[in-house]
Amino acid sequence: MTDGMTEGMNSNSTIRWFWFASPQTFFPLAGSIARWCWAAAALLALAGLYVGLVVAPTDAQQGEVYRIIFIHVPAAWMSMFIYVVMAGWAAIGLAFNTRLSFMMAQALAPTGALFTFIALWTGSLWGRPTWGTYWVWDARLTSELILLFLYLGFMALHAAIDDPRRADRASALLAIVGAVNVPIIYYSVQWWNTLHQGASVSLTRAPSMAATMLTGMLLMALAFWAYSIAAALVRVRCIIRERE
Amino acid sequence: MSHGFFIWGSYVVTFAALLLEVVFLIRRTKKSGHANQN
Repeated sequence: MTDGMTEGMNSNSTIRWFWFASPQTFFPLAGSIARWCWAAAALLALAGLYVGLVVAPTDAQQGEVYRIIFIHVPAAWMSMFIYVVMAGWAAIGLAFNTRLSFMMAQALAPTGALFTFIALWTGSLWGRPTWGTYWVWDARLTSELILLFLYLGFMALHAAIDDPRRADRASALLAIVGAVNVPIIYYSVQWWNTLHQGASVSLTRAPSMAATMLTGMLLMALAFWAYSIAAALVRVRCIIRERE
Repeated sequence: MSHGFFIWGSYVVTFAALLLEVVFLIRRTKKSGHANQN
């Protein structure tokens, strides 16, 4: 193969990457993916609820109240993961000045904030019968609350600046700086002596819960993933329509 | 207080919040579609 042909292929693959970076090209693709994700979210949530509320056995220590973890743990995972993805899009936007990246970051924030609220709310309702209190200023709980404020700050900052391009850049910086909070949330239970227990599921060790409990939790996590992708893609389509 | 209050309080609020987001998204989609046509 000649150098000229290799160069041509490289430039073609570069064009394909940037093809989907255009909001107009991404718009119909986002619509198709969102439809599939809505369907997947509904099916997975039904399966997860069935396993979590019907199939999974009663916990020997906590009784029935442990069933809150089927939404609490996946919501907490999503709250952190969405923030990392949002900060990633913001960083790509700042590095390459791609409009779609900023739009994706903007589209993810409300869903991330919602999952953070759900994680805090369900954690509080689990804490009252288990710990005897709705809230403590524990490192895990406090850093998760800060995450909610970061999401709200990101959205408020974007809404406060009239010029969309300036708003994109300012809020992207906040998202990137705020990403430092995610490892703090994750490792808070190891770094500090917290009331909150350690990780429920780990990739490095065998699960400490019954297989049906783990299945229910993973099904709900997948349902929340599909929901988040669908919601973010529908929102980014709205943003594209409003701005382009 | 029974455990049912805490369990249903978690599930109902979670799914109501997610449903509310979907309603807002549908309304925004319609609004942005109309604005785009004008």
